Amino acid sequence: MSKSPNILLPALGVTGIVLGGAYGTMTRGYKADEAEIARAHAQAAQAQLVEQRAMASDLKTQIAMVQDTAKAKIAELEARPAASASLTAPAPEREGAFGLGREALVEELAAWDVDVLPDGRGLPIGTGNALDGEELFADRCAACHGDFAEGVDNWPVLAGGFNTLADEDPVKTVGSYWPHLSTVYDYVYRSMPFGEAGTLSPDETYAIVAYILYSNDLIDDEFELSNKTLGSFEMPNKDGFVIDDRPEAEYAAWSAEPCMSNCKDEVTVTMRSVFLVNTPEDGGSESVINDATPEGLPSFTAAGASFIPEAEAQPKAAEEVAAVAAEEPVNEAAELIAAGDKVFKKCKACHAVGAGAKNKSGPQLNALMGRKMGSIEGFKYSKVFKAAAEKGRTWDATSLSEFLAKPKAYMKGTKMSFSGLKKDSDLEAISAYLASFSE
Amino acid sequence: MDEMHKPSRRAFLRGSAAVAAGTVAGAASAQSADPLITDVQDWASITGAGVDETPYGMPIEYESHVVRRNVEWLTASPISSINFTPIHALEGTITPQGCAFERHHSGAIEMKKDDYRLMINGLVDKPLVFTYADLERFPRENHVYFCECAANTGMEWAGAQLNGVQFTHGMIHNMEYTGVPLRALLNEAGLGAAGDLRDKWVYVEGADASSNGRSIPMEKALDDVLVAFKANGEALRMEHGYPVRLVVPGWEGNMWVKWIRRIEVSDTPTESREETSKYTDVLEDGIARKWTWVMDAKSVITSPSPQMPIEHGKGPLVISGLAWSGHGQITRVDVSKDGGITWETARLGKQGDTKALTRFYHDINWDGAPMLLQARAMDETGYVQPTKEQLRDVRGENSVYHNNCIQTWYVNAEGIAENVEVS
Repeated sequence: MSKSPNILLPALGVTGIVLGGAYGTMTRGYKADEAEIARAHAQAAQAQLVEQRAMASDLKTQIAMVQDTAKAKIAELEARPAASASLTAPAPEREGAFGLGREALVEELAAWDVDVLPDGRGLPIGTGNALDGEELFADRCAACHGDFAEGVDNWPVLAGGFNTLADEDPVKTVGSYWPHLSTVYDYVYRSMPFGEAGTLSPDETYAIVAYILYSNDLIDDEFELSNKTLGSFEMPNKDGFVIDDRPEAEYAAWSAEPCMSNCKDEVTVTMRSVFLVNTPEDGGSESVINDATPEGLPSFTAAGASFIPEAEAQPKAAEEVAAVAAEEPVNEAAELIAAGDKVFKKCKACHAVGAGAKNKSGPQLNALMGRKMGSIEGFKYSKVFKAAAEKGRTWDATSLSEFLAKPKAYMKGTKMSFSGLKKDSDLEAISAYLASFSE
Repeated sequence: MDEMHKPSRRAFLRGSAAVAAGTVAGAASAQSADPLITDVQDWASITGAGVDETPYGMPIEYESHVVRRNVEWLTASPISSINFTPIHALEGTITPQGCAFERHHSGAIEMKKDDYRLMINGLVDKPLVFTYADLERFPRENHVYFCECAANTGMEWAGAQLNGVQFTHGMIHNMEYTGVPLRALLNEAGLGAAGDLRDKWVYVEGADASSNGRSIPMEKALDDVLVAFKANGEALRMEHGYPVRLVVPGWEGNMWVKWIRRIEVSDTPTESREETSKYTDVLEDGIARKWTWVMDAKSVITSPSPQMPIEHGKGPLVISGLAWSGHGQITRVDVSKDGGITWETARLGKQGDTKALTRFYHDINWDGAPMLLQARAMDETGYVQPTKEQLRDVRGENSVYHNNCIQTWYVNAEGIAENVEVS
């Protein structure tokens, strides 16, 4: 469209010249007699006709030009998609290097390239046995995995479970499931303990791995695990794996044209959701057992549902939730405690609080305020907490906040693998929350 | 039914009290003039928020329920855990980063771009170290891919467990990634030292404390794997591996190593913890499958679903869902309203990208009768998404991972949906 003035202007120019000519012819006959006037009119009309013909011819030329331009434009536009498709291409490959990056240094490779291969390649020089490992395990691993590698709460069980892999609930442990011992060394050395990864020496790692084997009755307590013996150690489940066979076992059978109608005679509900899942406004979820059973639900045929059930066939648990929703915080203190309850979700995996709370992988937290640090009977504290207990240090809002802001800085060597609360409001809330359990 | 219970039950199912407000009025039956139209509303009179009120915008407060959520009891600690994308409330195919599921083995770490280093070593001509800035100088590509945790729908092996598509199918997200093909970086280090590439592997490892590591066969590494630093046009989020993660299209999420710090060319798989004790699939006889990397074709109806009941009664109803395949494009999705007796072919929102989420729709006129809703996906290889029964016949119930079964929602006459299993 932007080109149209350029095309139309010459055409108007021509018209102007033609009309001007006709006007000139007429003025020459001013005050002449009627015959002259008529003749002049006739002449003018004829001239006009000639000019108009010329103009028409000129317009035709113009139209042809416009049409040609349009054709060219259309051709260009038609060519464009093809052109842009060919402009889409993967990132170009290059013969030889771009010269980016720099050569890795030997000490850098040594620091990061520590993974261990199944045949033992990559193992550092070192040795350890289950006797050394027992103490290390108790100190560095047992908080989550239990003294006998039996697992605490939901943390992984490392020992036992033999001959359960074909059971309804297989117990997959290092002993019953892991096919290569190299994996245990590799994982413990690089990724454990949880929250303190990369702090074990090779000898400590060999000792801990030996203790895990011992817990699984796979070695005796004199067996020296080392870079020489580890690579050739055979795990009980080494032949328990097959390479992905879905292409043969599944894909061929499941690639037929699927059924579209009358695929079954009748369909019934055989199981309803075990849990209803409440999704509170402040995030997370609450699973509630669903009381409803398939009884009373319609069956289905090609004609549709057998009947329309009454409303009671719906998932139940509404009343419990309505009751929860009714517990509105009544004042600021209550609100702070409620906020603390939410913050405590971060602690729940390891700590219990409230009626009947027991030690988990962390000590129970009832009556914490004013309590002597490291004082819960039967809980295995780290050295730093034992020292605090001896000094008679106690928990209060200040010490708790300082500890929870940066646990590892405040209690150097604590087994607690929590990185800390960043917000002051969270620290205030958790103190208020824990203070509310005074017994 | 007691009127007092109805809203609270719905609020329970939706997780939002807002639903309690009346929703009965139909467009065609207004009896009196709507004050939202006849009264001048505040928003039509006073002025709204100025520019820059939120320099980086968040969704409006009325959408605050559309968030990732975890199921606390599934794992020992939120630091080594997973949460779920609210796929019930999303539409289209792209997952916003802020609500895309997270899975960490030792928590999400904060790393500056300036502190980022990527090492390539092993069977290469010259071991190299790249900075973040180096990566931005390689020719880059953009691709949309889904990332699905191998354990997505894993709870459901033992039967219908969790009532919500967010929880049964929410370990998935779909983003447009910008990154450098892994083969470009391998080429930079030189693969001459590796010799015959057909039996070689790359071992990839993260910089976080879990040091998550996986072995990838060289053929895949040289195919479509990306070393990505942007998603949906902006930097990766911390929880998704900022500043750099691996993208392994169509393969299980655990291999998409976050905070990737090292790539080692090797003559053998490392058999790391994550590819032996985890992410292996125990069959009924106790033998386990390993190296089950590809995520097979799968689909699910996201609405209606337990968190998205039908609230408008009979009449026009949009059935909306997602389909995907790690083998390539989704070519067809069928929908059943009677538990698999009769199937109708759904409409694809648009032709799906390869190894990316495809949206499908089935637009029906609901007669108000109960339904057993199912979706069944097919991909470009001709593979048809199996039923739970088919899967269990081959694998038993202890595989944990790779459950791509057809999902059933029972929708009752009130429009409320529940996770069920059918005969």
